Amino acid sequence: MVDTVTAADPRTDPRDEPAAPPSLEVRGLAYAYPDGHQALFGVDLTVARGERVALLGPNGAGKTTLVLHLNGILTGGAGSVTVAGLRVDPADRGALAEIRRRVGVVFQDPDDQLFMPTVREDVAFGPANAGLRGAELAARVHEALALVGMEEYADRPPHHLSFGQRRRVAVATVLAMRPEILVLDEPSSNLDPASRRELADILRSLDVTVLMVTHDLPYALELCPRSVVLSEGVIAADGPTRDLLCDEALMRAHRLELPFGFDPRSVTLPHA
Amino acid sequence: MHVPDGFLNAPVSVATGAVAAAAVAVSLRGARRELAGTAAYHGAERTAPLAGLVAAFVFAVQMLNFPVGAGTSGHLMGGALAAILVGPYTGVLALSVVLLMQALLFADGGLTALGTNITLIGIVTVVVSYAVFRALVRVLPRRRGSVTAAAFVSALLSVPAAAAVFTGLYALGGTAEVPLGKVLTAMLGVHTLIGVGEALITTATVGAVLAVRPDLVYAARGLARPLVLRSGPVATPGSGPAPRATAATSTDSAAGPAPAPAPAARPASARKVWAGGLAATLLCAGVVSFYASAAPDGLEKVAGEYGISSQEEEHGLADSPLADYGVASIADERLSGGLAGLIGVGTTLAAGAGVLVAVRRRGNAGAAGAPAAEGSGGRAENAEDGAGRTPAGSA
Amino acid sequence: MGSGHAHRLYRHGHSPVHRLPAHTKIAAVLAFVLTVVATPREAVWAFGAYALLLAAVAALSRVPARHLLTRMLIEVPFVAFAVLMPFVAEGPRVEALGMSLSESGLWGAWNVLAKGTLGVAASVLLASTTELREILLGLQRLRMPPLLVQIASFMLRYGDVITDEMRRMRLARLSRGFTARGVRQWGVLAKTAGALFIRAYERGERVHLAMLSRGYTGTMPATDETAATRAQWTSAAALPLAALAVCLMGWWTL
Repeated sequence: MVDTVTAADPRTDPRDEPAAPPSLEVRGLAYAYPDGHQALFGVDLTVARGERVALLGPNGAGKTTLVLHLNGILTGGAGSVTVAGLRVDPADRGALAEIRRRVGVVFQDPDDQLFMPTVREDVAFGPANAGLRGAELAARVHEALALVGMEEYADRPPHHLSFGQRRRVAVATVLAMRPEILVLDEPSSNLDPASRRELADILRSLDVTVLMVTHDLPYALELCPRSVVLSEGVIAADGPTRDLLCDEALMRAHRLELPFGFDPRSVTLPHA
Repeated sequence: MHVPDGFLNAPVSVATGAVAAAAVAVSLRGARRELAGTAAYHGAERTAPLAGLVAAFVFAVQMLNFPVGAGTSGHLMGGALAAILVGPYTGVLALSVVLLMQALLFADGGLTALGTNITLIGIVTVVVSYAVFRALVRVLPRRRGSVTAAAFVSALLSVPAAAAVFTGLYALGGTAEVPLGKVLTAMLGVHTLIGVGEALITTATVGAVLAVRPDLVYAARGLARPLVLRSGPVATPGSGPAPRATAATSTDSAAGPAPAPAPAARPASARKVWAGGLAATLLCAGVVSFYASAAPDGLEKVAGEYGISSQEEEHGLADSPLADYGVASIADERLSGGLAGLIGVGTTLAAGAGVLVAVRRRGNAGAAGAPAAEGSGGRAENAEDGAGRTPAGSA
Repeated sequence: MGSGHAHRLYRHGHSPVHRLPAHTKIAAVLAFVLTVVATPREAVWAFGAYALLLAAVAALSRVPARHLLTRMLIEVPFVAFAVLMPFVAEGPRVEALGMSLSESGLWGAWNVLAKGTLGVAASVLLASTTELREILLGLQRLRMPPLLVQIASFMLRYGDVITDEMRRMRLARLSRGFTARGVRQWGVLAKTAGALFIRAYERGERVHLAMLSRGYTGTMPATDETAATRAQWTSAAALPLAALAVCLMGWWTL
């Protein structure tokens, strides 16, 4: 069962391109964990195809919970998630498999993401689940590793790599599935400045919709023209990243602070 | 308790291998249900990562040393803990995989004895503790304290149960004519003591998990609350911060990450638990001293009998299993035969006294170390001291 | 405390023994140990022959004797047990060195010592010449249920991660002045164990999510298609076949 978004749907967001359905559309999403803690209280978010959007928010704002809804891992609350016209429906396993191919989630801890004995097997895991075999699979693995510059590490066990390398391999594991949208959970956390820049270069070079969940504001400014603020389980603000970061009252209200000495007005943006 | 090759004859080894294989096969099916979690549709997929991580946890926690005093320490075997935390099927799987890997990677436990080891450590402890646990939880009032009490008793019983099965296997396929009745007595006696240690650690660990993530304890799952929707205006930059979204919520007072339902009955029930633990400990002490005095032929024979089991104890209550793989710790002091019994009783009494102190302390709602603990602790250390200095029989 | 991971048995090498596919080696070791266990203990010479067979394999694998012998110390507890047997067992007794020893106990001790030692030696040889990963693949090729292989591989992948977490928690305890001396500290240690369980379980859930995110539906994609050649099986079978011959001779000469 595939629920395509019909013309009757209220498309109030002016950023939607009329031609293609948006890469991601979230409506009224609410969720509580089994232990009783409610993390989302009605999230609305639309990301158009090809956009790079930063999802900003303090610790505990519900960012990771939102991410887990995007590919149907968490369900059962209220609201809907639609990925490129395909609605996330836990009862429809076929559609769910396609959703998970389309939404590539890179988790915060690469150790969680890299569970196979070698880098090659790990990158192959997704495409192999999608049915690829043999030379085609090998080519896909090579392509994904080349995108993040990790080809020569294919036969290493993940736990022998540095943290930055593991993060890049984690991105490759997802790119190997040729996703519609790349969702990165705190991509810059625990990275040294060089690894940080390398990852930024890689992300900018990719031709894919990106939703970057972070509280690293300079990184968001560097990579994403648009930002949304998730605070206490709802979207509290939405707009151009530089404007958001310059709005001190807004930033303060949501416990978002710029690093000492960082002035978003004076930065020359690579994508601007 | 890792049995080596050649300890039991070939037919018994093969038979226990078949038992272990069958139990693992059953568990592979059962674990899917146990690990299915809240969403019914992903049962099978969760088995591998979760059982794997539980196995890794069991493997790691067996390396956590629980000092008994004077340089000796014990560690958890983990059968009862795994059964209570993740359910019997996953428990059997996790322990079986740990034993398999220990045999293949560290040569700990013979390959032909793998079935025996899985049967004893993986199956008997898990099944016995889970059965006892379920029965107790059913009988006792539905409170968190009951879970803790049931954990204590089930862990306590699981260890001597494994020892009894081991003696039975030895009767069937043992390779020396050892007096079985006395072996059984000695095995049960010493393993009851080990069981007390296992029970204390298991109970405290289950309690620690219950306090933080009660939903993760297999026996106490399922607490859900209705969802709350908050609607508020979305701010655009430049217009200042939107009114805090929460302020617009009508149901706000009921919403938000409200604290989990507090276990209000805790102090009272905890006291009961500790009292129950004390009773069980004293019972064990009684049983053990009964066995000790029931051996009529003087200290020499008792020493021999306990010698058998003091060896078993090496794994139950000595150093960490991984320390065995190292070279240095092999030379550790081993408890010699005759004193093992004395130490055992001493430890039991000390543990009982410790529990009593804990009951008092909780009663007084004091968290810091009470001076009353010094007396009992000191006694335990003295008892251990006597044993610790005794050189090992051989090696 | 557990410095176990420093003692992992595998020793990198390129000998013929190292090169054999893992499943042939596992099968060979298992068959060998079964044969040893089935040998009558009275055939003392047979155990000498087994030891020689293992020594030959060890020489072929070029694993230093020191490496093997130190790793075999794991069986020391059982030596202690074996030494006790002659004193405890019943039946006719013999006088030796001024002590009264049970005859069946002596045989029992010999039995456990000989078979146990040979078993440990064979396992140590296997583990020293076969990588972890290869052992898992070998088990898979020997038709161990795939789910069990997956569980074992997750255990190995995350065993280090969790042990590291435990080590960090221990450092955190130590740096805040906590030392565990006796039973009174068990509560704190048990809390550590509880926290470790929660972390392990939650990591398991996150790993599961990461797997689901990449289309996992319960079966691992088959990435391993290595099969052993007949020649490899033959060379692996040499050890258990020779052992079987010794075993039959042992029964014959009884």
